[in-house]
Amino acid sequence: MEQSSAIRLENVTKTFGSVVANKDICLDIKRGEILSLLGENGSGKTTLMNMLSGIYFPDSGKIYAYGQEVSIRSPKDAFDLHIGMIHQHFKLVDIFTAAENVILGNSNDKKENLRTATARIREICDKYGFDVDPNQKVYNMSVSQKQTLEIVKVLYHGAEVLILDEPTAVLTLQETEKLFKVLRNMKEAGKAIVIITHKLNEVLDISDRVSILRHGEYIGTVNTKDATDLSLTEMMVGKKVSLDIARPVVEKKKPLLEIRDLTIRNDEGNVAIDNVNFYIRGGEILGVAGIAGCGQKELCEAIAGLRKIENGKMIHQGEDISAMSPKQITEKGISMSFIPEDRLGMGLAPSLSITDNMLLKTYSEGKSPFVDRKRGRNEAEKIIEDLDVVTPSTETPVRRLSGGNVQKVLLGREIKSGPNVIITAYPVRGLDINSSYLIYDILNQQKQNDVGILFIGEDLDVMLSLCDKIMVLCHGKVMGIVNAENTSKEELGLMMTGAINLMEARTTDEKKPGIAKDSNIKEGNHE
Amino acid sequence: MSNLQTKTREPFLRIVKRDGMKAWQSWGIRGIALLVALIICALFVYTITELNPLSVYGSMAKGAFGTTRRMWITFQDTAILLCVALGLAPAFKMKFWNIGAEGQILVGGIATAACMIYFGEILPPWLTILIMVLTSAGAGALWGLIPALFKTKWNTNETLFTLMMNYIAIQLTAFFVAKWENPIGSNSVGVINPDSKGGWLPEIGTNPRVSPYILPVTIVLALTVFMFFYLKNTKHGYEISIVGDSENTARYAGMNVKKIVLRTMLISGGICGLAGFINVSGACHTISEGVSGGRGFTAIIVAWLAKFNAFVMIFVSLLLVFLEKGASQIASDYGLNNEASEIMKGIILFFVLGSEFFINYRLIFRKK
Repeated sequence: MEQSSAIRLENVTKTFGSVVANKDICLDIKRGEILSLLGENGSGKTTLMNMLSGIYFPDSGKIYAYGQEVSIRSPKDAFDLHIGMIHQHFKLVDIFTAAENVILGNSNDKKENLRTATARIREICDKYGFDVDPNQKVYNMSVSQKQTLEIVKVLYHGAEVLILDEPTAVLTLQETEKLFKVLRNMKEAGKAIVIITHKLNEVLDISDRVSILRHGEYIGTVNTKDATDLSLTEMMVGKKVSLDIARPVVEKKKPLLEIRDLTIRNDEGNVAIDNVNFYIRGGEILGVAGIAGCGQKELCEAIAGLRKIENGKMIHQGEDISAMSPKQITEKGISMSFIPEDRLGMGLAPSLSITDNMLLKTYSEGKSPFVDRKRGRNEAEKIIEDLDVVTPSTETPVRRLSGGNVQKVLLGREIKSGPNVIITAYPVRGLDINSSYLIYDILNQQKQNDVGILFIGEDLDVMLSLCDKIMVLCHGKVMGIVNAENTSKEELGLMMTGAINLMEARTTDEKKPGIAKDSNIKEGNHE
Repeated sequence: MSNLQTKTREPFLRIVKRDGMKAWQSWGIRGIALLVALIICALFVYTITELNPLSVYGSMAKGAFGTTRRMWITFQDTAILLCVALGLAPAFKMKFWNIGAEGQILVGGIATAACMIYFGEILPPWLTILIMVLTSAGAGALWGLIPALFKTKWNTNETLFTLMMNYIAIQLTAFFVAKWENPIGSNSVGVINPDSKGGWLPEIGTNPRVSPYILPVTIVLALTVFMFFYLKNTKHGYEISIVGDSENTARYAGMNVKKIVLRTMLISGGICGLAGFINVSGACHTISEGVSGGRGFTAIIVAWLAKFNAFVMIFVSLLLVFLEKGASQIASDYGLNNEASEIMKGIILFFVLGSEFFINYRLIFRKK
């Protein structure tokens, strides 16, 4: 196979204020090859690719395209160099059709009209095996369809180099496989493909070579066939790490939180959680697995009292909390830390100081009309010390902290209030491996203190080793609740896509899954 | 690859964000901006009039601070502008875009004028004043509350809503001016109760060049101290900053966001209404559209430039009022028309506001 260089980077550096996002990066992207760009969040992968697509301009260093030195000053330049980027957040106009989106902004060729465009889109789809209806409106498309459209869009504009920024984060296992198949087709057609991801198994599966970044620095490039997940992790983190997560054995306690026949609608009015039953005991971690957007968010919000429930019961130590306000629920000892994509959206006020964020749930205590900042400062100091939060001071706005430290502040505050149930969603999202393990330790400690933990996670490997039980959601329905020790990644994956439904298989059993034998709910109290 | 771009030059100019600038640096930049603005103004004045710019600036200072009376009028106008800015600060801090201060001031002014006309010569002065304070603040609060109610109930856009409320208030003012017209045919209300001074804010002290201005300035200074601590140290202020920063977080913390929005807009509109009261009862003693006179918009600049710090707002509003007074003084001293002084005001504001860009970003020019 011809392996000429498509894009080459030489000592590219980019800084934002005092933060060095990329330092002396050298990279070689070859035609007919899939290159993985691997690195923890904040290691500068996206910044680097944004420089290739003309969004940022490097402070220093050289970029060569097809052997010639170039400067990419705008997305237009990148476009002229046949570089196409598929961003994590789609750049599509919702009310336009697929074809309209594709020809959008294409002023070079006036002859082009919607009909010829549609024909060419069909042609591209046939060539690589995409499944796109040119006349479908974007707002009617699923996430995976939108992503496909983004790829078709850059191919339509003649991209020779495709950069995909975490394309699989929003996809199901099957959709990922479909995407990978298309990527391989494009590779065969001689395109150069860069895929940014931090999922090691995908890196090993799809790529030919892997380039690794750490804290903005270029660490090296290895051939995928010579790499293992351990060797890649070591390069990524910079030291040998044990990927083992402890699962301390704790004596089972009575159920703390019991969810019965719970149905919730999402903002659009569709059923997000469909007739769900489960319970959490003190001293156990119940994992919730599912593809993103399977009702996890709605479930969290409902338990925290932020979302009205349609039907069902939420019983905390025998007491119904479904009609309680968020404040009353907090007072019962249920703590929720939900980390949405932007990490700061709920739970923390990003421009406020650590001190002020400490006070979020307790500021209203007492009769005084004034906020007790002294108390907040003491608490902030304690958490900074206990959890090794790296921050200039207690008065630093939370958004200035790195992801791991933000997470420590959030979890630290929640744990400080001494909850008996912790609901935590994606607590390690965007964290480096060390911080992630620290978070697992904190959760395990809480578990040993007889706290019941609902852990909404993404990484099945982590869930299999950390959680005691795992509940799998698919489109808001429970597919099964399994013992983490007796299941496998494959089984969970199949349940996540709905291919296996243990609930149906088990309906004849005497014990209904998700309902505790020693329930606090008196018989006849439900149904 | 025939259409490959071959230029290898980096862009001539790039804009890069910077963070964590030290306070002295940012104030330095603002100071330099003011200096540059003054130099440009000087050039401008010199080229069109060939006057000595220094004497023009001297004349500006004279216009604002030349006599005891002028100085106190400047202080009083500063106080009124500051009062509006104090009203806007909590709303904007909550990210509620209250563009409706004009209207809130006017309805406050109308309420005040109504009290002066109907009760000023009947009720004892202290009672009249008390009723005026309550009705003007109430009218302003109502004007602020209506958009807030619609926002919390139906999620309407508060920017448009508050803006449109301004026009209703302006038309209402026109209506009441026509109703209370005095003398008939003058199309103005004229000074209300010129002899009895019923409903006028009392004068403090005996020096006639100072005494009418003391009370308005004092009231607003007291409000400034209140607002500073209200925003910074109270639970209400804490709630306002959380809602402004992240509504989801506020809900998550168990705050009643709707209640906070309504309460804050009551306060915001109420204080703007009070500004109308201070102007009508304490300064102009009449009602016209000039009672707000664009202050509702200028005050937005004051609040934002001061980053909602009530004490910094004092200086920002003083600067703006100084420019205003100075500009009209040079217009009359040198026979420049009003536009010339407006241009100078514009130049200075342009630089002062524009300097914020250099505080947040830095420019990188192409290296040779």
